[in-house]
Amino acid sequence: MRFRTSLLTAAALLALAGPAFAADAPGVTATEIKIGNTMPYSGPASAYGVIGKGETAFWKMVNEQGGVAGHKIDFISVDDGYNPAKTVEQARRLVEQDGVAFLFNPLGTPSNTAIEKYLNQKKIPQLFVATGADKWGNYKDFPWTIGWQPSYRTEAEIYARYILQEKPNAKIGVLYQNDDFGKDYLAGLKDGLGDKYAKMVIKEASYEVTDPTIDSQVVTLQGAGVDTLVTAATPKFAAQTIRKVYDIGWRPLHFMTNVSISVASVMEPAGVEKAVGLISASYGKDPTDPTWKDDPGMNQWRDFMKKYMPGADLADASYVYAYGVSLTMLQVLKQCNGDFSRENVMKQAANLKDFELPTVLPGIKLNTSPTNYHPIRQMQLEKWNGKTWVLFGKVLGGAGS
Amino acid sequence: MATLDTSRPAAAALFAGLSLRAWKVIGLAAVLAAACVLPFTISSYQLLLANQVIVYAVALLGLNILTGYNGQFSLGHGAFYAIGAYCTAILLDKTGIPYWATIPLAGALCFVAGFLFGLPALRLEGHYLALATFALAVATPQLLKYKDFDFLTGGVQGIVISGPDTPGGLPLRSDQWLYFFCLLWTVPLFVLAWNLLRGRTGRALMAIRDHPLAASSMGIDLARYKSLTFGVSAMYTGIAGALGALLAQFVSPDSFDLFLSIRFLVGIVFGGLASMAGVFFGAIFIEFVPNLADLVSKAAPQAIYGIVLIVCMYLMPTGVMGLLRALGHKLGRLVAR
Amino acid sequence: MLAFLHQVLSGLATGGIYASVALALVMIYQATHQVNFAQGEMATFSTYMAWKMIDSGFPYWAAFLLTLVFAFVVGVTIERVIVRPFYKAPVLSVVAVFIGLLLIINSLSGAIFDYTIKPFPSPFPSDAWYGSPYLSSHEVGMIFVTLMVLALIFAFFRFTPLGLAMRAAAENPVSSRLVGVRVGWMLALGWGLAGMIGAVAGMMTAPIVYLDPYMMFSVLLYGFAGALLGGIDNPWGAVLGGFIVGVLQNLAGAYVVGTELMVTVALVIIVGILVIKPSGLFGRTIVTRV
Repeated sequence: MRFRTSLLTAAALLALAGPAFAADAPGVTATEIKIGNTMPYSGPASAYGVIGKGETAFWKMVNEQGGVAGHKIDFISVDDGYNPAKTVEQARRLVEQDGVAFLFNPLGTPSNTAIEKYLNQKKIPQLFVATGADKWGNYKDFPWTIGWQPSYRTEAEIYARYILQEKPNAKIGVLYQNDDFGKDYLAGLKDGLGDKYAKMVIKEASYEVTDPTIDSQVVTLQGAGVDTLVTAATPKFAAQTIRKVYDIGWRPLHFMTNVSISVASVMEPAGVEKAVGLISASYGKDPTDPTWKDDPGMNQWRDFMKKYMPGADLADASYVYAYGVSLTMLQVLKQCNGDFSRENVMKQAANLKDFELPTVLPGIKLNTSPTNYHPIRQMQLEKWNGKTWVLFGKVLGGAGS
Repeated sequence: MATLDTSRPAAAALFAGLSLRAWKVIGLAAVLAAACVLPFTISSYQLLLANQVIVYAVALLGLNILTGYNGQFSLGHGAFYAIGAYCTAILLDKTGIPYWATIPLAGALCFVAGFLFGLPALRLEGHYLALATFALAVATPQLLKYKDFDFLTGGVQGIVISGPDTPGGLPLRSDQWLYFFCLLWTVPLFVLAWNLLRGRTGRALMAIRDHPLAASSMGIDLARYKSLTFGVSAMYTGIAGALGALLAQFVSPDSFDLFLSIRFLVGIVFGGLASMAGVFFGAIFIEFVPNLADLVSKAAPQAIYGIVLIVCMYLMPTGVMGLLRALGHKLGRLVAR
Repeated sequence: MLAFLHQVLSGLATGGIYASVALALVMIYQATHQVNFAQGEMATFSTYMAWKMIDSGFPYWAAFLLTLVFAFVVGVTIERVIVRPFYKAPVLSVVAVFIGLLLIINSLSGAIFDYTIKPFPSPFPSDAWYGSPYLSSHEVGMIFVTLMVLALIFAFFRFTPLGLAMRAAAENPVSSRLVGVRVGWMLALGWGLAGMIGAVAGMMTAPIVYLDPYMMFSVLLYGFAGALLGGIDNPWGAVLGGFIVGVLQNLAGAYVVGTELMVTVALVIIVGILVIKPSGLFGRTIVTRV
């Protein structure tokens, strides 16, 4: 039934689209590839809109350098206001009206969940989605959807294993944002600690993005006797947490989500000396960490920013993210060898072999296969010394896949 | 289109031998006919947009009954939209109830929720009612993702559902069927509202809005009318939410944030308060202006939205219907001359 | 017991933020009988101006004063240019205009000043307040500033002819005009003063929560709740209401239901109080004449 419906719709579409489309490669002409994308340019998550802007600039650069295999990239990025109902509408617009070949890096866990089924039914690749949820590697049920960054859950699991090893009697407290991002850290800790979770995690405290401060939560956690704190908070609340923890004279072993480890927008606002001893796990290079000041990879990114995004906020790590994920997409298109049919694009996306990015840590390589839809699954622990993040231990991969 | 005020002298004016009323009936029939032909003339994506407009129109009608006709201010109708949507999604996800049967259940649930909320709200007016309803809009996403309700609501992950298939034998695509399904709900809901509002009940509601003291001294039971209005209003918006869930095939706490309630309010003000036809203009506004703003500027789409909103309010302080009514009166006077 | 005290203290600190915004709302309500939903965004934008000045080398107090002037001018201009044409429009149309303003200013803050958070300096010493590590000296200083602004507003409306004229203009524009009050300018003045109070609130809040385009969005909601709880026609009540909301929120989160439902419970309690006492704890009960 459903299949017939999709076929009918597809047929209707082809009829509408006319001769510009080759039957086997929708969204691709002799000179152009159309790529679709949804972003929260408006609404509560508009801070992430810079990712879309960075990607638009990236494809402009690619086009100026001659495109891919003689094809220019027509990158169509549209606003969904971080509202899943709007994402559904915009995804259908991109597919049915604009006739894109596939979707690249749509942002948001709920937004991607809302369009996942539609895209898979129509066999349209949903590539390198911009979310840290764990479920984007489900190649069995959703073979047309692939993730990119290591999941929050994997990261929390790394912390859990570190705690088990280094501090087996820890009294753990979790401070998390009350949404899918924060709750993934609870899930990851549960994965890593197993049946010890109930005993070791003595207090969970959440905050809402609409709360002005997290003071009450920090006081609650301290009062409960927590000596090991795992914080899953966005930069504003992370900086507040680091400062508050220090100011009330509390010195727990403190783990910070890698979402909030930017030197310029977390450590410095919080006070660099107040964060000393903070532990995180990372896969990318922070544009504001002095360690990467003269790094050739990051300089490549800086040159790109200087030329194509003049005046942009160089402290915003979202631009680094945009650059890295776009380079991955470019690699896939290059691997396609001129055959940009949806099948081949998906096949190549699931065929990355030891691909290295200038913006991720040395030693971390991107790998995918038909049974591995998590391109980046490695991270490395790091500790804040008051000036910079110092990597320690070896490159780790989470057990969750 | 559907608002009729036969007491007004202009309504009796004649245009080309037909009364205004007759013209309105003809217009209404034409619009209905157009609505039925529409799905066969536009693309599947455009049909989705049209369908969303219809769903929003029902939601706005609910809010307009409360705010426009009864004068009770609500900044929280997104909450009832959410309750309706989740009711349908949960029933489809957890039980074997067919999709069409979930709609009246969602409506009934929202009626009860609205009625219960309306009871304490009786004592609140103006800004205080705004705060109470705003609180409802803030609390709803929190409750939807609360961990003890996870087993029902799917927590922060939400619920993915399947849209309805065309019933056997009908030569329609599933999206065309969904459109007619929404229309089959929308038309009776509007007829019901029209019957409710044009008669005794409607006059009572407006009397309460315009002068509560005088209304109660005329023997109108304020408490009963106001809380029932809250219930009916919530029911309309809830049914819209249920239909909206079928349309998006997904619900999550993020779908129903504060801005949804604010957009509903903007919708009825733009369309025109206390007007049934106005809600369609309002629905068109809240559906399309964000897309328009996105086209103009990626850097600050909300600024464009805000500017469009303010300019529209400047040009039409009483909304689209206010403007049309004023034009209609002028025309009526010209014809009568 | 100690933990309880800590919760109350940190609640007072947050309550101070709400109270300062509540004051701006009271100001504009007294002057125009409207609740300006864009008040918080205007405050954020003014704070960005202060940040820009300090960042480019101005001394703190110079930037502070210039920002007050800026906020006043912006307030008056918005009233004269954007709100003025809606003087006779229905209430809800005015609300829609305020929503439009909110969206415009919020969006501009993000587009001009970026979304990464900015630290904002405090005029007070940076160490913890000596009485307790649970209140920083900035937080104590902010509460003090809020009380000072409160005293100024109270004195302004109570003892100056201008304050009286402004109240009259809001209460009964027609009669005021008859006795020679320039109603239009009174409204604009109210916007300007509310803008200034908002700017003070913004500059006091930013060192605590960090400056970003959404800084005041939620603060406004709780400030609104505080103002209504205390009585929106009474500056003392509004400030007290702000503190009550801050403390209530903390206690609800820590002792009643846990943090996931903290906001919900706090709001339910506030609305519950309002149902019992519909004009706020300290507000005047308005008697309607038939």
